[in-house]
Amino acid sequence: MYDITIIGAGITGSLIAHGLSKYDLKVLVLEKENDVAEGATGANSAMVHSGHDPKPDTLKCRYNVIGNRMYPELCKELQVDFLGIGAFVVATDDIEEEKLETLIRQCEERDIPFEVLSGDEARAIEPNLSDGVTKALSLPSTGIIMPFEVTIAAMEEAMLNGVELKLDYEVKKIDKQKDYFVINDEIETKVLINCAGAHCDDITNMLRTSPYKVITRKGEYFVLDHLEDYLHHVIYPTPSLKGKGVLAIPTVHGNIMLGPNSDETEDRDDDATGSGLDYIRKEINKTMKNVPFNKLIHTFAGLRPHIDLGDFYIKEDDVISNFIHVAGIESPGLTAAPAIAKDVINDIVMPKFADCKAKAEYVRRKPFIDMRHMSFEEKQKLVESDPDFGKIICRCEKISLGQIKDVIRRKCGATTIKGVKMRCRPGMGRCQGGFCEPEVLKILSEELHKDVTDIKLDRDGSNVLLASAKEEL
Amino acid sequence: MERHQLVIIGGGSAGIAAALGAYENGLKDILVIEREKEYGGILQQCIHNGFGLHTFNEELSGPAYAEKYYDLIKDNYSISFIYEAAVTEIKDKCVIVSTPEGLKQIEAEAIVIATGCRERPAGAIGLKGNRCEGVYTAGTAQKYLNKQGYLVGKKIFILGSGDIGLIMARRMTLEGAKVIGVAELQPYSNGLARNIKQCLEDFDIPLYLSHTVEAVHGESRLEYITLIEVDDKLQKIEGSEQKIECDCLLLSVGLIPENTLIEEIGVKLDPRTRGAIVDDNYMTSVEGIFACGNALHVHDLVDYVSQEGKKAGKAAADYVSGNVSSSEKIANVVSNGVSYMVPQSFHKGKDLEFMFRVNRVFKDCAIHVYGEGLDKKLKKVGIVPSEMQKVLLKKEDLENLKGELHWEVLE
Repeated sequence: MYDITIIGAGITGSLIAHGLSKYDLKVLVLEKENDVAEGATGANSAMVHSGHDPKPDTLKCRYNVIGNRMYPELCKELQVDFLGIGAFVVATDDIEEEKLETLIRQCEERDIPFEVLSGDEARAIEPNLSDGVTKALSLPSTGIIMPFEVTIAAMEEAMLNGVELKLDYEVKKIDKQKDYFVINDEIETKVLINCAGAHCDDITNMLRTSPYKVITRKGEYFVLDHLEDYLHHVIYPTPSLKGKGVLAIPTVHGNIMLGPNSDETEDRDDDATGSGLDYIRKEINKTMKNVPFNKLIHTFAGLRPHIDLGDFYIKEDDVISNFIHVAGIESPGLTAAPAIAKDVINDIVMPKFADCKAKAEYVRRKPFIDMRHMSFEEKQKLVESDPDFGKIICRCEKISLGQIKDVIRRKCGATTIKGVKMRCRPGMGRCQGGFCEPEVLKILSEELHKDVTDIKLDRDGSNVLLASAKEEL
Repeated sequence: MERHQLVIIGGGSAGIAAALGAYENGLKDILVIEREKEYGGILQQCIHNGFGLHTFNEELSGPAYAEKYYDLIKDNYSISFIYEAAVTEIKDKCVIVSTPEGLKQIEAEAIVIATGCRERPAGAIGLKGNRCEGVYTAGTAQKYLNKQGYLVGKKIFILGSGDIGLIMARRMTLEGAKVIGVAELQPYSNGLARNIKQCLEDFDIPLYLSHTVEAVHGESRLEYITLIEVDDKLQKIEGSEQKIECDCLLLSVGLIPENTLIEEIGVKLDPRTRGAIVDDNYMTSVEGIFACGNALHVHDLVDYVSQEGKKAGKAAADYVSGNVSSSEKIANVVSNGVSYMVPQSFHKGKDLEFMFRVNRVFKDCAIHVYGEGLDKKLKKVGIVPSEMQKVLLKKEDLENLKGELHWEVLE
């Protein structure tokens, strides 16, 4: 019998698991995909919003503002990157300037640091802002992160401290007994937390008629090559009814991302890229100039699950005790996640385990081995300790064999080509894995003792190699 | 610190030839740095025939060509190779090399960049549809097949009629896969004529000119693509969509010179070739750094890569020996149908070979070369963007030239 089972290993599920791993509790996380952060967590703007934008008196607003303040410390604790680069919200006409005033008021009310700049002042700092920009709201507490990395680190550390993670495990059936739940007729748990993202209503419907329905919005992004000099802040247009608009976002690793657009979509698992890219091209030119579209190396789309109630839905179920909803976590969900996790743990879960104590000893994870910022001597020492760190596999991002083996061998380690890529970047560079993917596939097959034809790019069914040459087809 | 007269980055066709060129021109201390376990670069995965007609008067496979060329230098004590060695950084005239034996800093009097090129990835063409597995660049599929022995698909469609795509159409057919067709956006093929014949026509693989792939569809693995026709302005013709079932889409949509190392140190690149801007000595905008082969501009034939590599090696040797021209450089300016010119500038005083491409198909035309003191029209018949053009100008042609040299196509 588990004390707590969390369904869904996105950012919220993983941070809740991480928080709970500090207590003497038996915790299980179930994830239907073959890695963590595969849903909305893995495909979004990768940023920590300041909290200027959400409507007042919503959970989105509350958790965004608190989450923003928690991130720098959380990332330090997990030993992952957080860059507090700041953002500009830019206006291009009188109507937008008026809307900017609302945001400025909200910043004041929410105690969010800000500064108001004229168009020219903003351009002096960011020369590639469009000449049409007339005014800018500077938000220095905005940050950028790698959402996948934060999620992996949280889950890795949770697992080092006893949390169990079952991947490729789809919840199909939940039965409520008197004071526990039975999942798929085999897993028993006292408390059940629903962090199932795009499928949170399906999970709830297994127990009762769900009070909410998931509607997914598609968000599409362009990724440009390393462009450290092009842009230094996140650039938001003034938000409209459709959402935050198309952003220009520097990434932790020096790329530039453009997006998202936002479409309502029926299909929940399908990350489609499409016509929206043309829309992004058009929109970005309102806020930016000299956009180097010839440096485009990657496009991706993420699904943003929101629920028809319009706000996050975070509470213990009204009818079924010990069933906890963490639903409708769409933007600004990534920013809000640490604050959500904290409240769910402190206010809802832990009161149920009143006698439970914090673990006396807690194991910290080791940071991923990042050779980018090492000095020549540091690298030299590393290569002397293990020659694999001297063997470069990814030529674009300069990633060594040693780094790739490390991310496969860890707790919550990579099992797919995408899993390796998200953890240590081979394939994220300008050739997009054209050269190194066959090498990474070979390394995965050796490390996991699997046949090369069993190695997947990403999800189930995405096997890379379909047959050996001359095989009967 | 380890020191050499000349360091060559890349032990493929350009790098090996550069080593030979530099040695023949008197250098006695040449180091070639190669990231793989063996020399030859991309040639090692090109197991088809057709290499070496110009260089060795015979048709060789890629690995055989590499071996035959390497044989010319292998017993040469002036040239050494290090393998499994990746240059991660250039600092002044020093290269930082990562090897399993440790990191090295190697100082050189001159550096030749012979790092080849990479394929334009799927992300760069904004392909619509699902994020499903089964979309590969042709070269990656080639590496999986020829180096590891596995097929990335059983029912293949190919976008782009570049040579690697065509070669892979034949190769995958021979290995038992079904190649359904090849789509080319332009109204003409981007591959060599002989490859269209030998790789498509001989195997009854249809070539869809003025077509492109609109979208890819599939859950986790590719299930079908939408093929769409384009008009003469390359705009998609609505209603012309057709669904083609396949489990793999190969992309042969362009090659990009690999110049990450020199971009980082501010070597000026030509936005048209995406390689370095060089003079007739293959010297880049940074003194003592030279570039050649596919890292400089993408070639059609390995023989041309070798020729260029050899010339760059020779010029680098001249530089190391202090034998450099101080005369003023003349810039090449391209327009009207000429898409680029290598070298981008030159010194007068010798016969010079110029390499360029045109930006569309020309039937009867002339290459017009003109400037103050020079006006020449060189007749050409049937030139296409997929075939690199070469023009030789004699020392005497250039003698009275002043200012810039202009290049255009006259129809």
